Amino acid sequence: MSARHRERIIEIAAPVAAGALFLAAWEAVVRWKGIPPYILPSPLVVAETLWRDGPSLLGSLAVTLRITAAALLAAVVLGGALAVLFAQSRLLEISLFPYAVILQVTPIVAIAPLIIIWVNDTFLSLLICAWIVAFFPIVANTTLGLNSADRNLVDLFRLYGASRWQMLRYLRLPAALPYFLAGVRISGGLALIGAVVAEFVAGAGGTETGLAYRILEAGYRLQIPRLFAALLMLSAAGIAIFAVLSWLSRRLIGHWHESALPRED
Amino acid sequence: MKRENYETNPIFSLGGVGKTFRSGTEALSGIDLAVAAGGFVSILGPSGCGKSTLLRIIAGLVPPSQGRVHWEGDVGRHIGFVFQEPTLMPWATVWDNAYLPLRLAGCPRAAAEAPIAATLASLGLAGFEKAYPRELSGGMRMRVSIARALVNAPRLLLLDEPFAALDELTRFRLNEDLLRLWERHRWTVVFVTHSVFEAVFLSKRIVVMTPRPGRIIADLPIDLPYPRDAGLRTAPDYADRCRAVSALLSETIA
Repeated sequence: MSARHRERIIEIAAPVAAGALFLAAWEAVVRWKGIPPYILPSPLVVAETLWRDGPSLLGSLAVTLRITAAALLAAVVLGGALAVLFAQSRLLEISLFPYAVILQVTPIVAIAPLIIIWVNDTFLSLLICAWIVAFFPIVANTTLGLNSADRNLVDLFRLYGASRWQMLRYLRLPAALPYFLAGVRISGGLALIGAVVAEFVAGAGGTETGLAYRILEAGYRLQIPRLFAALLMLSAAGIAIFAVLSWLSRRLIGHWHESALPRED
Repeated sequence: MKRENYETNPIFSLGGVGKTFRSGTEALSGIDLAVAAGGFVSILGPSGCGKSTLLRIIAGLVPPSQGRVHWEGDVGRHIGFVFQEPTLMPWATVWDNAYLPLRLAGCPRAAAEAPIAATLASLGLAGFEKAYPRELSGGMRMRVSIARALVNAPRLLLLDEPFAALDELTRFRLNEDLLRLWERHRWTVVFVTHSVFEAVFLSKRIVVMTPRPGRIIADLPIDLPYPRDAGLRTAPDYADRCRAVSALLSETIA
């Protein structure tokens, strides 16, 4: 067995073992102390609930994921476009960037009620909330990436009389791609968080209920095992989003960018 | 300073060129220099003598604070530039990196095949077309950088200490290959370096500069015959020229 192979096995086995150990300790403590499930359900009870309520929770997860995906898409398109505009005009960047920062630092929980009042359509209001949370890392990262093209390459393009469009298409955009993708990976998780927070604020709204509302509801009814099951599902969704975006990132820049290359020691 | 102007048929000339940066640093002062078409001129000087700035002024990348650059005929876009670092696009293959000047000039890929193949082959890069820069050694990356500068058949080639970061053997090989290509194509070369041995080995003419602000203090022809090859490095004639130029260079620092 090669050293590399062994390292790979350890990479997977170590966290799995740590997790198993933690769950076993949790199960043991709950049983030993006789903690009732409405305070802290044991992992086995949570697993059982997940199995039983899974199908109904999955429907809610789909609602939340739809909002997440739409918000992420909007963040990618609008965030990317805004960054390209910023890169074209320094004046535009310094005029608008502070407001993007303000939008970012204002807690979404505080703005969400207003948006939900102003926008009639529930899906759209949730989408806007999730978008506000998700779009900043893409704008900030992509703007940084577009401005971080190698100075000498910029000079070379000028020497060859490159047009603004050629400079963008052949130099700034490829140079910005790794930054943009790092932004998208952060935004993927944030879009999910934004969607959940907005659902918390909006409540049941509409005919379809998202996973966040199911968590609230389970909390009110002291169905704590179900709350845990829904939470678990939400985490799994977040991890899946991150994994998919990481895979996409490797596919797009893996053949050239440092971050995606294996270290040779 | 006494200097005879033996340059006939210049491709460009600098008249009283000076550069003072916004920070107040005076990088260059009173530079008069005419470079003959087909010449190989090295600009030699210690670090911080403004050689790189001078090259950028010639390339039109930096405007001079005083004086002017006068061009004979239309050289315009027919300039190749090689930086100290290979300065390749890491996301592009060797072929696509070499394609850059042609692409920016609007040349379609199909029409670029032949010149790119010829240029890559002349630099020993045949077979590496699909490689990415990270897969190449420092010397090979520099070869790609030179190929990119040559692919659109420039009239003037500007090189800014291109081999300074390479190991000695690689530097020797690249010196010889560059010289071989120049002997064949005879584009005009302005080569910035701080290495006396490199300057003497390559050049028809060496311009020596002093630092802070950069001024030309010597301008001398190197009358060793071309073609020159690796054998020259051990020739007594070569050692004599190196000694003479070294003496001039140490005056600039004294």
